[in-house]
Amino acid sequence: MKNEGKSAQRPDNTAFTQQRLPAWQPILSAGIVIPGFLIIGLAFIGIGIGLFLTSQTIQVQEMDYTGVEKDSPCFRCTIPSNLNCTCEVTFSLSTLFTGPVFFYYGLSNYYQNFRRYGVSKDYNQLTGDTRYFKSRSPEEDCSPYSYDSNNNPIVPCGAIANSIFNDTFELYQIINGTKKQVPLDGRGISWWTDYNIKYRNPSPVNGSLAKAFDGTVKPINWPRPAYELDLTDPNNNGFLNQDFLVWMRRAALPQFRKLYRRITDGDYAAGLPAGNYSLTVHYNYPVLSFDGRKKVVFSNVSWMGGKNNFLGLAYLVVGSLCVVMSVVMLVVYAKFKFSDDDDA
Amino acid sequence: MLRRRLNRLCGGDEKRVDSRTIYVGHRPCPDTEAFIPSKFCDNRIVSSKYTVWNFLPKNLFEQFRRIANFYFLIIFLVQVIVDTPTSPVTSGLPLFFVITVTAIKQGYEDCLRHKADNEVNKYLVTVLEDGRSVKKESEKIKVGDVVEVVEDETFPCDLILLQSSREDGTCFVTTASLDGESNHKTHYTVPDTEKDLQALTATIECEQPQPDLYKFVGRMHIYKPEQEPAVRSLGPENLLLKGATLKNTKKIYGVAVYTGMETKMALNYQGKSQKRSAVEKSINAFLLVYLCILISKAVVCTTLKYVWQSKEGQDEPWYNQKTQKEKDTNMYLKMFTDFLSFMVLFNFIIPVSMYVTVEMQKFLGSFFITWDKDFFDPEIQEGALVNTSDLNEELGQVEYVFTDKTGTLTQNNMEFIECCIDGFQYKHRDTWSEVDGFTVTDGPVNKLQQKAGQEKEELFLRALCLCHTVQVKEAGSEEVLTDQVDGIDEMRPQLEEERGFIASSPDEIALVKGAMKYGFTFLGLESKSMKIKNRENNIEEYKLLHVLNFDPVRRRMSVIVQTKSGETLLFCKGADSSIFPRVKPEEVDRIRMHVERNATEGYRTLCVAFKQLSAEEYAVADTGLREARLALQDREEKLIAVYNQVETGMSLIGATAVEDRLQEEAAETMEALQGAGMKVWVLTGDKMETAKSTCYACRLFQRGTELLELTLRTLEDERLKREEKLRELLQEYHRKAVQDAPPVKAGVTRSWSTANQDYGFIIDGATLSIVMNPQHEVDASQYKSLFLQICQNCTAVLCCRMAPLQKAQIVKMVKTSKGSPITLSIGDGANDVSMILEAHVGIGIKGKEGRQAVRNSDYAIPKLKHLKKLLLAHGHLYYVRIAHLVQYFFYKNLCFILPQFLYQFFCGYSQQPLYDAAYLTMYNICFTSMPILAYSLLEQHISIEILLDNATLYREIANNAMLRWRPFLYWTLLGIFQGLLFFFGVRFLFSNPALQDNGQVFGNWSYGTIVFTVLVFTVTLKLALDTRHWTWINHFVIWGSLAFYVFFSFFWGGIIWPFLKQQRLYFVFANMLSSVSAWLVIIILIILSLLPEILLVVLRKPRGPHSRQMAAVTPLSYKHLKERY
Repeated sequence: MKNEGKSAQRPDNTAFTQQRLPAWQPILSAGIVIPGFLIIGLAFIGIGIGLFLTSQTIQVQEMDYTGVEKDSPCFRCTIPSNLNCTCEVTFSLSTLFTGPVFFYYGLSNYYQNFRRYGVSKDYNQLTGDTRYFKSRSPEEDCSPYSYDSNNNPIVPCGAIANSIFNDTFELYQIINGTKKQVPLDGRGISWWTDYNIKYRNPSPVNGSLAKAFDGTVKPINWPRPAYELDLTDPNNNGFLNQDFLVWMRRAALPQFRKLYRRITDGDYAAGLPAGNYSLTVHYNYPVLSFDGRKKVVFSNVSWMGGKNNFLGLAYLVVGSLCVVMSVVMLVVYAKFKFSDDDDA
Repeated sequence: MLRRRLNRLCGGDEKRVDSRTIYVGHRPCPDTEAFIPSKFCDNRIVSSKYTVWNFLPKNLFEQFRRIANFYFLIIFLVQVIVDTPTSPVTSGLPLFFVITVTAIKQGYEDCLRHKADNEVNKYLVTVLEDGRSVKKESEKIKVGDVVEVVEDETFPCDLILLQSSREDGTCFVTTASLDGESNHKTHYTVPDTEKDLQALTATIECEQPQPDLYKFVGRMHIYKPEQEPAVRSLGPENLLLKGATLKNTKKIYGVAVYTGMETKMALNYQGKSQKRSAVEKSINAFLLVYLCILISKAVVCTTLKYVWQSKEGQDEPWYNQKTQKEKDTNMYLKMFTDFLSFMVLFNFIIPVSMYVTVEMQKFLGSFFITWDKDFFDPEIQEGALVNTSDLNEELGQVEYVFTDKTGTLTQNNMEFIECCIDGFQYKHRDTWSEVDGFTVTDGPVNKLQQKAGQEKEELFLRALCLCHTVQVKEAGSEEVLTDQVDGIDEMRPQLEEERGFIASSPDEIALVKGAMKYGFTFLGLESKSMKIKNRENNIEEYKLLHVLNFDPVRRRMSVIVQTKSGETLLFCKGADSSIFPRVKPEEVDRIRMHVERNATEGYRTLCVAFKQLSAEEYAVADTGLREARLALQDREEKLIAVYNQVETGMSLIGATAVEDRLQEEAAETMEALQGAGMKVWVLTGDKMETAKSTCYACRLFQRGTELLELTLRTLEDERLKREEKLRELLQEYHRKAVQDAPPVKAGVTRSWSTANQDYGFIIDGATLSIVMNPQHEVDASQYKSLFLQICQNCTAVLCCRMAPLQKAQIVKMVKTSKGSPITLSIGDGANDVSMILEAHVGIGIKGKEGRQAVRNSDYAIPKLKHLKKLLLAHGHLYYVRIAHLVQYFFYKNLCFILPQFLYQFFCGYSQQPLYDAAYLTMYNICFTSMPILAYSLLEQHISIEILLDNATLYREIANNAMLRWRPFLYWTLLGIFQGLLFFFGVRFLFSNPALQDNGQVFGNWSYGTIVFTVLVFTVTLKLALDTRHWTWINHFVIWGSLAFYVFFSFFWGGIIWPFLKQQRLYFVFANMLSSVSAWLVIIILIILSLLPEILLVVLRKPRGPHSRQMAAVTPLSYKHLKERY
């Protein structure tokens, strides 16, 4: 035994090589699982109730304004020849719509998640790199929204930018027959990082953003070039336009909503009081060609975001499932244990 | 490859001839028409596969010949060529990684081979050229060169020994590097060659190169001026093999006959054929299923895409118009590229990394076998050896164990027990136990209790001393011998005694030592004369005329010697069955009883006979032998014919009994194997009685076992011919063992219920060959199936008197029988090599009969007793580990890709990936690979001790239980369930994408990231649930990978990466975490997808057959384990 250590051939006697590492074996015994299930179940039911109740408190006012039906206010705007069409959608609120109120527009059967659509942009342009205004980094990505018919480069190029949602809305409260405009806040509707880091405008030439876009043309569907997107706020132009950024973040599903405005200012900071409202729609965005629908949604949000009953219900169901399971297991276990005792 | 290369190198023209002619020293011979130096290949050894130039193309070609690599290459190329959803990097990177790592590994190995080749090829050797010694690089040796080799040098090529510095024209070599046998072997110079090699004019005719190390036939023509050319036969004893080392001899000269790649060593260099494990077959079957899933997914998506597009406005809405190029593309071409795109999108379902992980698991896992200190044998100072790691899991699937007897079940440590001379039994009293007693001082003569005639007695002992091929080792042997003679009662340490003699078979040493105990000592063989010291301490000298070598077919050997007085004697020893027919029948009866009794006691018996040859008889025999030895063709057959002719009409003088002790724990091991549901078959060349008693001793046969015998003895029947009797017996046994046996529940559950009658089956080689090759071809299959059915219903089967090839035949028969059971062969000798190679798993024992079995085995262990742990613990664990690994890999990729597939229904079948490219690539490489690798290396679902104590646990994984279609279906359904849950859970959440408390909405990458997060956590926690053996490594990798995933996601989304075309994931992960809803949905989805698994574990647990017993021992705590070492 003395020369054992000397032999080079002899395997090391360590816990690892001998597969004897100290180990711990978890046992899912009934004593752990049944109370565990019960606790999880009860916790889930608790969370579920909380979620469900929260979701119930969220107020939602949803209106389809596509104008498919003949009697709907926007029907006349659906005729393609009718340019610069405006229509008015009215609604009334019976109780105070607690603020801050978020104003969404929604589209359905609209595939922002098309693969070709999704890659149809030039990120280098959108970081304000003017070198890419005239040449495209991967040439084919933006195609066929890369050059206009005169072969002028389009900036921002690509399908996403070109198809930006361009209906605009004005909201009025009707007080005694007169319209009082509700101020809509267009700030803070896009992700902070998108606005502050990810997207960048080209550096202005001689103090003018427009000069930086020299030699380029606006996307075909746009009424105005990028540097004139918001005539009222010079900081909301170019690629750093909030609506543009919201649009550029592609929706996950063909039925989606995007944040349009927030109602946070003035008399309406506490919410929309009960009463009648009128929504003026500048109807520009055609969706009927692909059987799409447009809607506007007013909603307030809670800590869990917008209204969504699914999560609360899911928690309630899973929670009760756990509780039921723990009871079933208790029965099975009791039965098994008794028979086990009989054996012994 | 090697062969083809060889043919090219050596020129095809001389291949057609079946012998080659070599001119010694390149000197032309007088009577041959003209000296045509034929071309042979040079002495360069090329073991490397590649050169610097062809490495890249050749290595890549070889790697892409693997079907999996090729598949991934195709996917990669499709991604490069076609406009596909994911960038080529996602599949190119892992493929590149795998290919590079493999290439580096193979390049490094090849580099080492180059180095080793160079070392050999550039080695300086001395060549005799025109009377001068010239130093030459080894690679420049040509066939026909006369080469000088000094002591302790290795031979640079295959040489015919011409001259030795030893007087008797012999030299000693060890072939340790060739076959691992470290004993010294004697080689002989060609007789009658000139002392002056310069004057030697000779040609050598010999066969073309062939790989058998122990076969060589050739003929040497020696031309002397004005004389008829002399012809000498050449055999393996004249051939010095490249790679062997010269020992105990100052220097030798030899002529090169085979060089370079034609040497026997190089020809033996070829690798063994690859064995594939059953698990690998399962993997391939599963792969096929997944390939079908993949293709059908792609087909479904492509079809639905075109159905969907046919609806107006869907194909090309105004916001997403097609490019001109797209519009111009042919519709069918578009469909095809769409199909390919979907294939690419879903190709992750068959991951590259699975192959890498499986291979890594096997490679790393096999270290645990070599590391196991329980396999370390202090005697030989060696542990287990793993020659291939491909078969680790096969060790857990063994159904049939074929074991050799000698050296495997028994120790092959022979001890002379007794002898029987002329019918009188001589038992040597055990001096060892009576060292201090007085009875032993009388000397050996008194120990013979009942005496035969003095003459007979001495004749018998002389026969033992002469009839063998034992050598006396030179160093110190004199001393040992004198000691032995002077003080017989003094116990010599075993080791020193063994140093005295060297022989290929331990039986021979035992016999020579046995004779020594009775006063006849073999002193050695010097220049053809054997010296014996007899009882009166006189030295007798015998001239050794011929040795009729032992071979397993004849099962005997003989020597022809000439005494001082000129008598020519033939001594023969061999198995009783081969001796009895060749001696006078009346002598047989006296001895047969003893032989049979000894055999039943488990001793190895040999009979000794002798014959006095008259001068005429000898002359006939002598010429016959010489002629046969000179024959170039069919030399073996001719020799055997002469042997048979000479070895007749002998008279029997006695028999010997040698004990071969059982290996340590042989019985326990066999019992454990049987308990584990394995059928143990003993295949031995030994005789039936001996083998049977060994089987009883090993408890393979028990007292209650009914033996069904099918041997030549039972076939002897006056009424019937052998074959008819055989058929009758087979049918009878079949009725007994198969039809009348109570119906066996499918597969495993048999034979531990003691109520059943146990059957043991015995068959011998001769009968087996009738079964295999009956006279009428039609019966063959019937006999075989009857035989197999009987055997399968017996607890143990003993096949005795087997030739090596028959052993392999049996293994093959079982291997190919219904259900193709997994077979394991274990043996230690050269005669077991064929069955070791034939069986699914071949195990070599590092025993005494050389290293051939070890070299050809898949695993080698020092002792039989180690087999138990190797199979019951290592095999079981490896199987469970790899089976789980495989199932888990398929499962995790199914639930990885299923959401991506489902997403196609929501994105207009546009091949939009759900996950970011980084996630697609990293999922299998980083996020989920380490935990399963750690699991598959460390898992012990049942601790090793329990596995060893309860052999029956082995049955639970029998028949590939964890990789059958049922568990596969279970895992697949689990994957589908979870995949559906992940996707639709998030889908319902996204019915309102405003998930943040500031009212902002989430986009498609947030969707994918939430699904992916749930996915990574779920599959990792699923593995955590399955882990039964949590070491710190498991903790580290499981929690580490989850932490790494979170860290990576932050990092990946936290920086604007300059090399990325689109910053898709920028701050997506962080934003997701800022949403309470996302948290809640992640938690509930993880819990919900693991819920069924937990329920199953809890509800299934108490129902297991071993629940109670396992529950009592399995909860290992840290403390508990620490106490044990």
